[in-house]
Amino acid sequence: MVDKKKENLPISLDLLEALAKFQQIEFEDVELSFDELELRLSPGMVISAPAVIPFQQIVTTVKPTQLLEAQVGIPPGEYRGKVVEVKLGATKADGGTRGRSFVIGGETAPAFYNFQAKTPNIPVLAMDVFDWGKVPLAKAVKMHFREVVDDPAEWAKLCVEKFDADMINLHMLTIDSLIEDASPKSALKTVEDVLEAVDVPIAVGGCGDPKKDLEVFKVIAEATAGERILFNSVTLDMDIEATAKVVKENGHTVIAFTSMDVNKARELNRKLYDFLPKEDIVMDTTTAALGYGLDYAFTVMERSRLAALKGDPELNHPISSGSTNAWAAREAWMKMGPEWAPRELRGPIWETITAQTLLLAGVDYFMMMHPAAVQSVRTLINNLMSGKTPSEAPDWVSLKL
Amino acid sequence: MPAKELSPIEVYKMLPMTNCKECGESNCMALAAKLVNREATLQECPPLLEPKYTEAYNKLWMLLKPAVKAVEVGTGDKAVTLGGEYVLYRHEFTYFNLPSIAIDLSDEMPPEEFEARIKIADEFEYEYIGMQLTLDMIALRSTSNDPAKFEAAARKAADLTEMPLLLCALTPDVMEQALSAVGNKRPLIYAATKDNWMEMADLALMYNCPLVASAPFDLDALKSLARTLTEYGVVDIVLDPGTQWDEGISKTLDNFTILRWDAINEEEDYLGFPLLGAPIAAWTEKADDPLINEWNEAMLASALITRYSDILVVHSVSGWSLLPLVFLRQNLYTDPRKPVSVEAGVFNYGNPDKGSPVLLTTNFALTYYTVASDIEGAKLDCYLVVVDSEGLSVESAVAGRKMTADTVAEALVTFEVGDLVEHRHLIIPGRAARLSGEIQETSGWTVSVGPLDSSGAAKFVEDNWPPETE
Ligand code: B12
Ligand code: SF4
Repeated sequence: MVDKKKENLPISLDLLEALAKFQQIEFEDVELSFDELELRLSPGMVISAPAVIPFQQIVTTVKPTQLLEAQVGIPPGEYRGKVVEVKLGATKADGGTRGRSFVIGGETAPAFYNFQAKTPNIPVLAMDVFDWGKVPLAKAVKMHFREVVDDPAEWAKLCVEKFDADMINLHMLTIDSLIEDASPKSALKTVEDVLEAVDVPIAVGGCGDPKKDLEVFKVIAEATAGERILFNSVTLDMDIEATAKVVKENGHTVIAFTSMDVNKARELNRKLYDFLPKEDIVMDTTTAALGYGLDYAFTVMERSRLAALKGDPELNHPISSGSTNAWAAREAWMKMGPEWAPRELRGPIWETITAQTLLLAGVDYFMMMHPAAVQSVRTLINNLMSGKTPSEAPDWVSLKL
Repeated sequence: MPAKELSPIEVYKMLPMTNCKECGESNCMALAAKLVNREATLQECPPLLEPKYTEAYNKLWMLLKPAVKAVEVGTGDKAVTLGGEYVLYRHEFTYFNLPSIAIDLSDEMPPEEFEARIKIADEFEYEYIGMQLTLDMIALRSTSNDPAKFEAAARKAADLTEMPLLLCALTPDVMEQALSAVGNKRPLIYAATKDNWMEMADLALMYNCPLVASAPFDLDALKSLARTLTEYGVVDIVLDPGTQWDEGISKTLDNFTILRWDAINEEEDYLGFPLLGAPIAAWTEKADDPLINEWNEAMLASALITRYSDILVVHSVSGWSLLPLVFLRQNLYTDPRKPVSVEAGVFNYGNPDKGSPVLLTTNFALTYYTVASDIEGAKLDCYLVVVDSEGLSVESAVAGRKMTADTVAEALVTFEVGDLVEHRHLIIPGRAARLSGEIQETSGWTVSVGPLDSSGAAKFVEDNWPPETE
């Protein structure tokens, strides 16, 4: 145990121990004279006389006999900034074809600080759909989609109708030159099929090749003008001007994706501002799985959101997270000893915890995969939105289990 | 003062400023910098302990102490420290003491179950980037409310495990009897409430044990308790603001956040104590299947880890539901100022000889342990050269120029890799491919580019070793 702590902690365990001891002495010896105190010290402890003279004496010779009043200050928080609101999807009335649309962002306080401000818009849960049936999926995921993996439209339908996805997050893997090198036209066909099959808003993702993605986005954006599709994504290595124009001229939105670096996120947003209104930009600072960099993902998101609230004009965008990345963790899918079974639960709980941790850092738009994870995060979000005070605290102390 | 705002100069000005080097640093400023980073203790400066520096010492002590008191629970090797934190957000400095996970037991559990659960808690272990992830405590609840039963259970628990105990009983007589048996092991007492606080405080003082103040969903009452207990003479206090699942989670997280905010940013009196979360509250609504309670409990516990809980009472002992918790706290409690890294050097795997392959990787802990476990699993006999990339993964290190042809060449010389083998052939990670030419030039070693993922390293060696040309 001691060793474990030593390894995990940034060396300062000794200091913490020392502080704990000193603190104890500081308060303990209030009523003791000096001589008495020295007797109570173990010989090994290096404590010089001065240290034990209490700095802040609490002079209580009389112990209280009844509860003393106290009040807790509720910190209002001082925020000057506000996250912009981004509208995803367009209904017929708004020039699109969707049955409904969503607004994300708009926060004026950190995520779910209900005591400072209500969360203005409920975070959106999109489920991933791939246009390539051979995409490697963990067994625990695949079992839910086996029948539809070869048909993106059916896959999307299942997500919406059975698993209650708010949106569909379509990934165009086949356009990758290493996969099928599919043409923009065939990608468009897939998008149209999905738009036909479901009436929720959609996001459309590329394959990561900066040139090919732009080519494909352009064709899709033009043919679906006015839908406010969320293009996933624009990166620093793309032709930013051209991508932004494709998005803007056709009435869509885009995810600005950078790799875990607040400054890179600022840089990309800044470059986009030349061509695109803020209200069309969602940002994604990269999601790494629990155990595989979640600490970085969490902190970059938390930092950007706090900076935005403090008034940074280049970071005040809704945040998107590819929580599906949780499945990159070996613990999410690997066969492990019986004490860690069943892996059918380990995977989805991994995705759930990855997503919910980032929810508390400020994420507004989630891309997820496992139905149970989607359902769990949705329940959590609804509960967090409620802002209710329990009428009665649950009694777990005498609970018979 | 919140740690983030403390500058080395402020600390420096209060040190003896003689640059005597007794602390092992080259001057007082260097120690001041370490003190500010909480990497050194005041005791490391012997002159400061002399009587004439009393005032300075005490001032420094106040300046450097954590905003959240460090409360020690248990005794011996398995004792835990709760709290001891300085900041609200981890990027402002770092979090220090992992929240402790206490596994629930009751004094009415059948003996086999009681023993089995202690065994699971004790033996829980998962290896993660060179660290052992374990559980920390036993929470023993008196559901019988019978003093004799509680005492027997406490005694038994203390016999079976060295882990610190959290004793839960709201009736002082019941608590007293358990303390008479295990009070010398510094258990954490749960709990002083508005009804029993004086008796509980007396017990805490008599047995010199830390005490939880509990006032679920009433922050003013909680602070009132903390104030009263402090003035009564109790110094080691833990606060329980109440935990609820379902819609109550919203207020739960609010309360934890308010308390931690006030302790750190407002330095509000009586709130600078560790916080107790009770994910076990997810069990109060019986689900159709206990799996659902376990699942909800894991979510609640994770949310509380993210939002400042320093100790968690958990009922589930299923590996799948505990594993994400020990991972999450490990992740959030690593120091964001420096990546978790391992020592650079050259390491043997299997039984390598002069003809065995030499592989290269970086010293980011996640990278190193992934590669190490892959080549170990494949029973490959080889040498692994670990370059100091300042704790960055292969790709980040190459992109950020923390691993370059020069540092690789230097590592080969420093670690005397040339003496280990007769050949001059280095296998580098696929993600470092773009360095291959340069490394070859700078080091004089022939380079072959391995696969992108180390899971393919053994197969790569099998297919390509020994290399055809030297
Ligand atoms: C977390 C992360 C960070 C963290 C650092 C974490 C750390 N301690 O390394 C932070 C935020 C600090 C960071 C910083 C940077 N990063 Co970064 N980062 C990542 C991220 C998301 C994950 C990296 C990771 O942890 N991988 C896991 C480890 C285990 O992988 P690995 O070390 O590569 O090891 C594997 C293989 O290489 C192989 N392997 C390893 N050794 C060996 C040996 C042999 C013999 C063989 C055969 C195989 C092998 O097997 C291992 C297991 O699979 C990646 C994106 C991604 N998802 O991959 C980007 C990424 C690596 N980063 C990138 C960049 C550009 C940077 C920065 C330069 C700037 C930036 N942020 O954009 C800085 C550089 C740092 C600096 N100080 O200058 C780019 C690199 C692009 C490129 N190819 O050039 C990436 C790919 C993101 C991107 N798409 O833009 N990063
Ligand atoms: S021991 Fe103290 S006085 Fe001497 S150099 Fe170190 S900090 Fe300065």
